[in-house]
Amino acid sequence: MDTVITTDKLTKRFGSFIAANELSFEVGKGEIFGFLGANGAGKTTAMRMLCGLLAPSSGKATIAGFDVYTQTEKIKRNIGYMSQKFSLYDDLTVSENIRFYAGIYGMSRPTIREKTRVLLDELGLQNEAKTLVRELPLGWKQKLAFSVSIVHDPEIVFLDEPTGGVDPVTRRQFWDLIYAAADKGVTIFVTTHYMDEAEYCNRVSIMVDGVIAALDSPAGLKRQYGSGSMEDVFYELARKAKRTGD
Amino acid sequence: MKQLLTFIRKEFLHVFRDRKTLLMLFGLPIAQIVLFGFALSNEIKDSRIALVDYSKDAVTTRLIGKIESSHYFDIRRSLASGQQLDAAFKRGDIKMAVIFPQGFGDDLIHTGKATLQVIADASDPNQATTITNYLEQIVTDYNAELASNAPQPMQIVPEMQMLYNPELRGAPNFVPGVMALVLMLVCTMMTSVAIVREKELGTMEILLVSPFKPVYIIISKLAPNLLISIVNLFIILLLSDIFLDLPVKGSIVLLVSCSILFILTCLSIGLLLSISAKTQQAAMMGSLMGMMLPTMLLTGFLFPIENMPLPLQVISNLVPSRWYFIIIKRVMLKGLGFGAVWKETLILAGMCTALFAISLRNFKIRLQ
Amino acid sequence: MITLDKITKTYNKGQVEAVKEVSLEVKPGELFGLIGPDGAGKTTIFRILTTLLLADKGTATVNGFDVVKDYVKIRNSVGYMPGRFSLYQDLTIEENLHFFATVFGTTIEANYDLIKDIYQQIEPFKDRRAGKLSGGMKQKLALCCALIHKPAVLFLDEPTTGVDVVSRKEFWEMLGRLKNEGITILVSTPYMDEATRCDRIALIQKGSILSVDEPEGIIRNFPVELFAVHAANTHRLLKEVRGYEGTDSCFAFGDALHVTFKGAVVADGQGKSAAGGQGEASGLLPYLRAKGLEDVRMEKITPGIEDCFINLLKN
Repeated sequence: MDTVITTDKLTKRFGSFIAANELSFEVGKGEIFGFLGANGAGKTTAMRMLCGLLAPSSGKATIAGFDVYTQTEKIKRNIGYMSQKFSLYDDLTVSENIRFYAGIYGMSRPTIREKTRVLLDELGLQNEAKTLVRELPLGWKQKLAFSVSIVHDPEIVFLDEPTGGVDPVTRRQFWDLIYAAADKGVTIFVTTHYMDEAEYCNRVSIMVDGVIAALDSPAGLKRQYGSGSMEDVFYELARKAKRTGD
Repeated sequence: MKQLLTFIRKEFLHVFRDRKTLLMLFGLPIAQIVLFGFALSNEIKDSRIALVDYSKDAVTTRLIGKIESSHYFDIRRSLASGQQLDAAFKRGDIKMAVIFPQGFGDDLIHTGKATLQVIADASDPNQATTITNYLEQIVTDYNAELASNAPQPMQIVPEMQMLYNPELRGAPNFVPGVMALVLMLVCTMMTSVAIVREKELGTMEILLVSPFKPVYIIISKLAPNLLISIVNLFIILLLSDIFLDLPVKGSIVLLVSCSILFILTCLSIGLLLSISAKTQQAAMMGSLMGMMLPTMLLTGFLFPIENMPLPLQVISNLVPSRWYFIIIKRVMLKGLGFGAVWKETLILAGMCTALFAISLRNFKIRLQ
Repeated sequence: MITLDKITKTYNKGQVEAVKEVSLEVKPGELFGLIGPDGAGKTTIFRILTTLLLADKGTATVNGFDVVKDYVKIRNSVGYMPGRFSLYQDLTIEENLHFFATVFGTTIEANYDLIKDIYQQIEPFKDRRAGKLSGGMKQKLALCCALIHKPAVLFLDEPTTGVDVVSRKEFWEMLGRLKNEGITILVSTPYMDEATRCDRIALIQKGSILSVDEPEGIIRNFPVELFAVHAANTHRLLKEVRGYEGTDSCFAFGDALHVTFKGAVVADGQGKSAAGGQGEASGLLPYLRAKGLEDVRMEKITPGIEDCFINLLKN
């Protein structure tokens, strides 16, 4: 399997505070990688370094073959990003949002038109193309935000707590989209507070106090910690955390 | 009572922990006054003026020579008639006209006194003051020269006439203007932002659900801003005395009491804004667009109100700062007492009561 | 302790129906959970009960007081932690707590016993500003602030949203202890797995109550038999099970699929007959093996609240 994310002792210091300490891991192409951690464990910092938004203090990392120190522009062209707060404009329509994001990545007009059609079809939003995003139900917004984040066919998509606050059926429909993208070879890097979602990942890492405390498949982790669920594994690891601030 | 004090104490903590805003609040008036101090001292060179000599005698020739030899003016002589002058002023070709009436020299020698007519375009009061001052200086020098040479006293008296802006609103007008503007801005914006911030944080919900009386919330929000505004007031008065040589001529007590009345009016407006604004940005924009612009345009310190179209004049009556501006000018600059400002004070008091009552009545005891 | 009778609330001049004829009753000393996703109407119900909003229709009482007429009395006797409550960021822990104590006309010392267990966990940081605290610590401080006047009823609107598993677990343990103090607690959450921590729960979606009962009761009322299906590749499994014609519903739950089958008899509410759906159930494993899936196994399981919620959404 090709690797698309490689980190070697990746570290970020803020003054004397080490937010992320010597992170080393690899993520393969088309893998769904769960990135868990308690509040304040350093998840956000790590994710920002991987997206090329934050320069590491030391260590190495390549994303889609590009270096996080020197090639951040290329990294940004090859990744997608979606956070809990979405990246959609509430006061634009569904198709305007798609057109805008496709436009950012320099796609041609015919490509954008084609992409928009396919995307609306996939989401079943054909009749809502001219609806303002603010009028969509939360679940639809999340699905749309995800689809928009991979509209430029990135190699990796970073999802920061993408499924907060929706009903259980919508949450699972969202994961269907994630699986479909992974099947097409897109690597999924996802953080979540729902421990059952951790089970949907191929592999899961759990960060505690700035270091990766565990990394394995959900089944492997459960075996290792003798627990019945990922929730117990997480609880076992995270309750030892000493950090209190975000 | 203890609840209220705790609340007020908390409001002060908010203010003192937000260093940037605090700096801005006190920096704003200082910067405005100091900047204006510099703007005042700007020298004006080569102002275009017209010289019209109906007398053409030895005295006028000498005086014209003196005016010409100063580097202040760029002199146009071609204008002869009153109509031509008028047109030149309207076109903005000339900033000042100096007119020597017929028999100027004879008058001076026989009566010991001659009148020099000076007309200046005062639409830019700064410039008008500066160039007429230059001219007066030249005339004064010449008077001194005459006095030392002549056996009997002789004096040339310049008769000033200001076009377009006869009251010459400028330097002295600026300070009351800044006072109105700064107080309006601080009180309105800070109050509305402070209340809306609680809504955004969600703490307003808790406060409403608590037994704490809504009127207490209002009072404690107003308290720090009232204090800051009074401190600002004294800073402005002190600075204008030191930098701009504009001491308070009238009663300080009267001035401060009227200012507090104005401050309370502005606080009530801020309160009213906060009721409809949902975000801090909206509150900020509301106070800037809704309050600062009318204050600047319709108060009378930038543009004279009597020159405005009638509808604007009518609207300007609703702007509290307009009345405050008049009070300050009379008390601070002219040294007049309460007798001269009671009408304006009454209007301001009426506005204050009405606004406070409206905002109190509309302050929601529930969420919308 | 809390009653709602046919409460309806609309926004935007009746265009958006946030709450539709909701009737509920919470008994004294109960820990009652309002469970549903965002936009279900949970916050609106909380605001009506805490007298912050007026309902369009219906009546409600808290602690025997009417939410409209006696709103002052209610405000004196309840504690409330709003969903987006984030304290005063620029005040320290101690200043925040002291402030809220005074606002409610009491002191920290007077009711220290009640908050002691919670406050001691954050006390070492009492001089730290609230803006610099982690999510879990903010949540504890917010709870202390809501409790400081020893309220008879405690309203907690989504206190565990966005907080990690460890803090959530601790938080529910704290609520359990408060319940033992005799405080009636109404709490809302979008996390279905927290439902079993409550005495009784109401499942709510789009402004309507789907079901009100003890968690066990809701589970008992699950109308059909539920099976967990495992395979080596869960994702492929999901596709194949959905393709199986006997499948009625199929959702991923952690590393397994929860499956119900067509033809299974709908329960009468007393316990269910397993008369229907047997053929469909027994046919699944051979079907999956024929499709080439490895390590396939299936077992009958007891549904969780999330299964029940999904099932209720279907209808």
